[in-house]
Amino acid sequence: MIVAERKTLEAIAGMVAGSRKVLAVGCGTCVTVCFSGGRQEVAALAASLRMKRGIEGKPLAVDEAMVQRQCEWEYVDTLAEQVKNYDAVISLGCGVGVQTLAERFPALRVLPALNTLFMGLPSEQGVWEERCQACGNCILDKTGGICPVSRCAKQLFNGPCGGSQNGRCEVDASIPCAWHKIWERAEAMGTVEALMEIEPPKDWSTSRDGGLRRMVRQDLRSPSEEEGKE
Amino acid sequence: MNDMLAAAAPDRQAVKSGSGLERVLAQGDFAVTAELGPPRGWHPDSVKRKAQLLKGWVHAANVTDNQAAVVRMSSIATGLIMIDEGLEPIVQMTCRDRNRLAMQSDLLGAAAHGVRNVLCLSGDHQSFGDHPGAKNVHDIDSIQMLAMLRAMRDEGRFQSGGEIAEGGPQFFIGAAENPFADPAAMRPYRLRKKAAAGAQFIQTQLIYDLARFREFMKKVVELGVHEKVSILAGVGPLKSPGMARYLREKVPGMSVPRSLDARLEGAAEGIDAGDKQALNRAWREEGKRICIELIREVREIEGVAGVHIMAIEWEQAVPEIVKAAGLMPGAPA
Repeated sequence: MIVAERKTLEAIAGMVAGSRKVLAVGCGTCVTVCFSGGRQEVAALAASLRMKRGIEGKPLAVDEAMVQRQCEWEYVDTLAEQVKNYDAVISLGCGVGVQTLAERFPALRVLPALNTLFMGLPSEQGVWEERCQACGNCILDKTGGICPVSRCAKQLFNGPCGGSQNGRCEVDASIPCAWHKIWERAEAMGTVEALMEIEPPKDWSTSRDGGLRRMVRQDLRSPSEEEGKE
Repeated sequence: MNDMLAAAAPDRQAVKSGSGLERVLAQGDFAVTAELGPPRGWHPDSVKRKAQLLKGWVHAANVTDNQAAVVRMSSIATGLIMIDEGLEPIVQMTCRDRNRLAMQSDLLGAAAHGVRNVLCLSGDHQSFGDHPGAKNVHDIDSIQMLAMLRAMRDEGRFQSGGEIAEGGPQFFIGAAENPFADPAAMRPYRLRKKAAAGAQFIQTQLIYDLARFREFMKKVVELGVHEKVSILAGVGPLKSPGMARYLREKVPGMSVPRSLDARLEGAAEGIDAGDKQALNRAWREEGKRICIELIREVREIEGVAGVHIMAIEWEQAVPEIVKAAGLMPGAPA
């Protein structure tokens, strides 16, 4: 899932300092699951903003809305009529959700209430951890299902750096060393020989470095869209 | 040429890099290197001073590349001052601050100015340094960098495969290894990987734990890696019991036996705790003695081809240690 956490109330209040009436929009997918942008978090943020502005003597009307997925036109379109009534929309979606709203409603101020952190999983109760950086060229087959791109602070491809100690990363002892885990797993599975191969430099052109990435599936495109492109 | 290097000869080019360090190792002499930290400013004087201090006492000196992720004068630029002063530099380059374009371009420039030794490192993480908000690069890792340098030199090709005009730069290529980091079982194999990628010499992390280093070297010799690459054992004088504790507790991947704290403390026995100067003097003398003993010990270990003396911000200690350990017989008095 995409993991995000809410910005501070001060930061969000600052973005809407000049507004009188805003709509807070949550998202029913990833950020609901990580307790940052679901129905409850929308309600909590709305209440806090109203209270803060009330105390300051500059009342702010905050209405609440939810869409199932802020990253898809068909869900976002359900807000088309409603958003016309507001100075601004505060999105409690990830960065994709904020941009989907901004792109769909060009006349509207769309503001991010969350900081999008990473793609990851809840590793234990109340803890989320990164697992993928979408580098665009997966090598998990070579590293025993443990990703050095997202989980090694130095993105090493040929083994751990000299700062790995007791299975922990030199950057922060709360972070497990990815290469320690890769080695342990290879030992357990009897595949350490594969780790002796020198992994050549990665082609980062499939990663963010290549510019805006796009996936096209010709088999899924409708004839009208194809014509529109011509 | 001794047996060890004769065995390595097919893997190496004849000494044509022009590196004095390579020549010393090829002759089978025990190599001595040290470290020179560039200044946190642009004045060349401290580099000149340190170079004069080390000159004649070591075969070459490492020049660190934004060590501990703190901005300092560029390692290549510092290396050029060292060349002018008559001290051969081993230019360190990390994967943290440069992508493959910058690395190759800087190395071509370094070669043009007479740099012959390059040490390939991952680099300390930026969170330890003075710009913790910096973006790190890590386009390639240190092993990929070794392979890149070897291809530049031996094939005259850039990492892309493109041809280098008028042939590749002749470098003597090195890397680091930490025998005390984890996973311990992987370390000798990682060293082998570095040798396979193109490393011709290795400098190890500071050794204080001889038992663990012996164990590591035993495996390295078993794998025959010492025949492919010259291993320089990393040593350095402790300045105080506090430094011993700091290295053990705060520096990831360090192994410092507690007996060394006790030895340093013992050396200052009877000195008034308020007399900082006398304490420091006693600790430092003992620190040098320990270092000299360690040099004598590692020299006897099979597969050790030299020592790398890291006297951090204490370059003055190097000549004394070198002299007392009986290294560099031709050194200035």
